[in-house]
Amino acid sequence: MEIDLSRGSIERVPTNPKDTALYLGGLGTNAKLLWDRVPPEAEPFSPDNLLIFSTGLLGGTPATGANRTIVSTFSPQTLLMAYSMMGGFFAPELKYAGYDKVIIRGNSPELVYLWINDDKVEIRDASHLQGKGALEAAEMIRRELKEPKAQVCAIGLAGENRVYYASIEHSRSSASRGGIGAVMGAKKLKAVAVRGKKDINVARPEEFMTLCNEVLNYIQHRAKNPIKGVPPILAGIGSPQEMAIHDEEWHTTSFAWGNARHRRKGFWTKETAEVWKKTQEKAVERLISCYNCPMKCGAVVSYPALGISKYMMKCYSKLTYVMGAMADDLDFGFRIAGLAQEYGVDGYTAPQVMAFAVELYEDGILTDQDLPGFPSGNEERFFWLLEKIVRREGIGDILANGTYWAARQIGKGAEAYDRNTIKKHEQIPIKLGMLNPIYFLMYSTGEKMNITQIEGQMPQVPFATREEREEFVKDWIQVPDEKFKEFFLNWELRGENAFPHYPPPETACDLVEWQETMHYIDDILGICAGLSSFPIKPPYHIHNLPKFISAATGMDFDKDRLWNTARRIRNLLRAVNARRGLRRSDEKPPEDHWKKRFPDLEKKLLDTYYRFKGWNSEGIPTKETLDGLDLAYVAEDLLKRGILSEDETAAAEEAAEEAKQN
Amino acid sequence: MGEKKKKIIKTIKIDADKCNGCRACEVACSAFHATPKYSSNNPARSRIRVIHEPLKDMFVPVYAGEYTAAECMGRDKYVLDGKEYDECALCRASCPSRDLFKEPDSGLPLKCDMCESDPTLTEPLCVQWCITDALVYEEREEEVEEEEEQEDLEIGLEALADKYGMEKLIETVARLSVAKKE
Ligand code: SF4
Ligand code: SF4
Repeated sequence: MEIDLSRGSIERVPTNPKDTALYLGGLGTNAKLLWDRVPPEAEPFSPDNLLIFSTGLLGGTPATGANRTIVSTFSPQTLLMAYSMMGGFFAPELKYAGYDKVIIRGNSPELVYLWINDDKVEIRDASHLQGKGALEAAEMIRRELKEPKAQVCAIGLAGENRVYYASIEHSRSSASRGGIGAVMGAKKLKAVAVRGKKDINVARPEEFMTLCNEVLNYIQHRAKNPIKGVPPILAGIGSPQEMAIHDEEWHTTSFAWGNARHRRKGFWTKETAEVWKKTQEKAVERLISCYNCPMKCGAVVSYPALGISKYMMKCYSKLTYVMGAMADDLDFGFRIAGLAQEYGVDGYTAPQVMAFAVELYEDGILTDQDLPGFPSGNEERFFWLLEKIVRREGIGDILANGTYWAARQIGKGAEAYDRNTIKKHEQIPIKLGMLNPIYFLMYSTGEKMNITQIEGQMPQVPFATREEREEFVKDWIQVPDEKFKEFFLNWELRGENAFPHYPPPETACDLVEWQETMHYIDDILGICAGLSSFPIKPPYHIHNLPKFISAATGMDFDKDRLWNTARRIRNLLRAVNARRGLRRSDEKPPEDHWKKRFPDLEKKLLDTYYRFKGWNSEGIPTKETLDGLDLAYVAEDLLKRGILSEDETAAAEEAAEEAKQN
Repeated sequence: MGEKKKKIIKTIKIDADKCNGCRACEVACSAFHATPKYSSNNPARSRIRVIHEPLKDMFVPVYAGEYTAAECMGRDKYVLDGKEYDECALCRASCPSRDLFKEPDSGLPLKCDMCESDPTLTEPLCVQWCITDALVYEEREEEVEEEEEQEDLEIGLEALADKYGMEKLIETVARLSVAKKE
């Protein structure tokens, strides 16, 4: 369905079956739409930019966890394609209403919301919702429509004020990365409400249900068999079970605090563990799931004694504010995350921007003049900053643009404090010792801009002993190829078969491709990464996913066809971004991500990866690559624009030759 | 009065405290009852609906019970644990006062049939799909007075009669049977 908010028009357009065959759905068809329709010079806030709410190909089918809404647009922060997957209940409801996607273009003159009730679609006045919290607005909409079963996603004050890291909030989930909420704010779209009462069909019902049952059985099997030898948070499946697990030793001691600066190695003591456990048990009222999924990754949080009114929390935001603020108490996390959600800001980026501001203040780059009335306690400071940012008040107006842009606007050396962004986007705050070639590539080249949306399936570090590894690979049915088991068996903590030279670049590329491909597939199908691409030994994997597609659609998919489809979409996305200026020089992790860096090796890694992908030395897919993936129209456009040149192949061969000689 | 006879009492024990609001039960139920079986799913057709109001901490699966032609004389309203449920929220009836437990297009009443089928399932599908055990299936034997079960067909016809009037229904059936013969 297409909505033009400038003109106030609503149009139902059937999904093109040719596009479905090539790009399936979700992220795939979103990328196609953005390529086709948004000229690369379009500003993210301009009416030309599209904001797409999409279901995945399997969205709303009985496949467990096929509930993701894939929201895509161009990011005001990175200026590249942004896409964020939100869990909850929205996408299935949209599908029950009979739509694969809602494509929004244009900017409305007044604040409005969209009400989709099966075939009835209305653009409604939202002036009374201005300034309301995201969840509050959702509740008001449900009440005024008298539709308690409607699913709503909405922006808060941050989105209305175009904060570059504003989120779109829905129930217990959100689409937070890349400032998607700011684009919604620019379109003056406060919310989308949907209610659907139609059927979702599958082509081969018995086969499909058998597959679903296998997945449910495997989930139960994994619940009884957590992975041995990894921290508890990585042992199970689902999104990290932050709401159920109290043991935060791994996150608090190995991730960086403050402005991605400090390790607090001794933080997790017995006393802390006890206090935090108590706080969490008091705050978490009930564990809750997304649509059609048993995993309970979220929680209803409520802590009246601390003035926390009820809200729903998702996995990691409980820690990001605590660690950003260098706070000692978990209850601070519960207190501020609820407020931040109502305002609608990204729980990853917001605390880092605040920590960045605090550091600038402590080092005298920001002064009392910039921050009049700035409190002295860290927790109070975070609350203070949050209020300024979401209103774009005073310094908040600058900080609302994220670390990268704020640092440059502030100047006076503030750039050096922008120490945890890639492609202008805040990353998970981790600072480690030895360069990890796999992660080097994932951080550098990922289009998703969040490592948790690139990594997965492969344990992050080697297991200590050969016996443990042998034990681990025994029931490792998820690997696309036996060679990954070989690699894992030989992978050591120390010595020759350890970082940074093991895995060698070619193997590193293979490993990265496997992991990122699985994420691409999830985002195309609308399956939660927590059941598929993210955890170790998940219920969905490359061997059963093609069967799901075949049984659902009647198209014949096998492993190779699916892999190739994911490649097509990966390359299309890359082309979308290349057309907007993404080049090799943008593809690097933060300077200090690792203490021990190896520039030559890193160059080789990147060269190898580009070649492996069929990209030129700037990281742009070559004509051959594109042609081979039915993307000739993309190659043609890149050539016309001079982004690719005709003699690319020759250059690539030269580079390969050169690499061999080195 | 009928005779005493042994009867299997099929029970789904609902532990609302364990419900996480995922609505997998709705998906499974509506898929099971689709024709052909599993060919579609649609919670609006499900014979179990979950009261799902996370911010009020309300998570209660409710099964579709009997069809009723007329609504109650009054309404009921439950307050449990300090939480006030909507009017009639916990009622299982397919009733003219609301659109719950009715087929979305025809308005015909829906009723949980414990997934009666051939071959029989070990447990109703919603129970199988609720792996968090908010729904647990139990069977026990009881001696009961024999009583005529109202057949599905009869329930459906009665609902249609209530909706369109008996006369119209008879007319239509007559017309259809003539049309079929031709
Ligand atoms: S695994 Fe967790 S986050 Fe993913 S769909 Fe299930 S409940 Fe939601
Ligand atoms: S499947 Fe179980 S946990 Fe999920 S909504 Fe239904 S009763 Fe609740």
